[in-house]
Amino acid sequence: MKILLNGEPDEIKAKTLDALLAERGFSGRVATAVNENFIPAPMRPDHELNEGDRVEVLAPMQGG
Amino acid sequence: MRKFYGTELPNPLMLGTAQYPSPAILEQAFRESGAAVATVSLRREGMGGAGQTFWRMIQDLGTLILPNTAGCHTVREAVTTAQMAREVFNTKWIKLELIGHTDSLQPDVFQLVEAAKILTEDGFQVFPYTTDDLIVGERLLDAGCEVLMPWGAPIGSGRGLNNEYALRSMRAEFPDIPLVVDAGIGLPSHAAQSMELGYDAVLLNTAVAKAGDPVKMAKAMARALEAGLQGFEAEPIEARDMAEPSTPVIGKAFL
Repeated sequence: MKILLNGEPDEIKAKTLDALLAERGFSGRVATAVNENFIPAPMRPDHELNEGDRVEVLAPMQGG
Repeated sequence: MRKFYGTELPNPLMLGTAQYPSPAILEQAFRESGAAVATVSLRREGMGGAGQTFWRMIQDLGTLILPNTAGCHTVREAVTTAQMAREVFNTKWIKLELIGHTDSLQPDVFQLVEAAKILTEDGFQVFPYTTDDLIVGERLLDAGCEVLMPWGAPIGSGRGLNNEYALRSMRAEFPDIPLVVDAGIGLPSHAAQSMELGYDAVLLNTAVAKAGDPVKMAKAMARALEAGLQGFEAEPIEARDMAEPSTPVIGKAFL
């Protein structure tokens, strides 16, 4: 299915958010949002993705 | 010492982690200044896992962590970012930044109050980046904030305290609230001046990270903050218009 991952078009096999993270090799401390809604880590395995979803995977970064 | 949501800081330096020439210099600046708090953000994770490397380094610093909502322009964006930051950094603290103006990065105080209310009701401990407006300060306290962080000058400008009178008024108006000068610091003297006004901490980033020698500047800031704090606690003299000789007049020779 086609989604937007961190703003870039992507074609994925994963059906859930958890599976997407595994498919794309994200690990460690990340936070996720789908269609501008925060999806807490415990809810990722149950969160089914749909065509055209906008997925954001964020990580700790430098800030002021 | 006023506490920040029950936490007493070992010193008044809150230091940003952005814009350093290298991670090694960032690390050294923190270690040699002894900064009490490190501000951090959330950004899109790359495929190389850059965020994880940064996270390990920050953890090793052993400072308190203050995540921000930098760059957010709407309540929704800021609230979602705060929720994500709470999960990633495992802290209730959030530096709430809601930008209202592109050039000055002035906070949008109307949205700021709205977001602060939502976040405090959700259990966050909000550090709002605000202006020096007293009424906005009151509204933020009404919204549940227990700390206020007025700007000294626009972010990254290095102008120092643009309106010392307003910052002094804020200190007088909120005697029991921890106050932090956040943004606009350029020189150690600006940091000292903030503490001389009775502020509890200073949050700065660019002044250190973009200095020719960030490590030396970080140390200078830490010392200036300490000097300013001691100066405030020592109860300075009142300024006066006329001179008053310090050397005794009595006993002066007739020559």
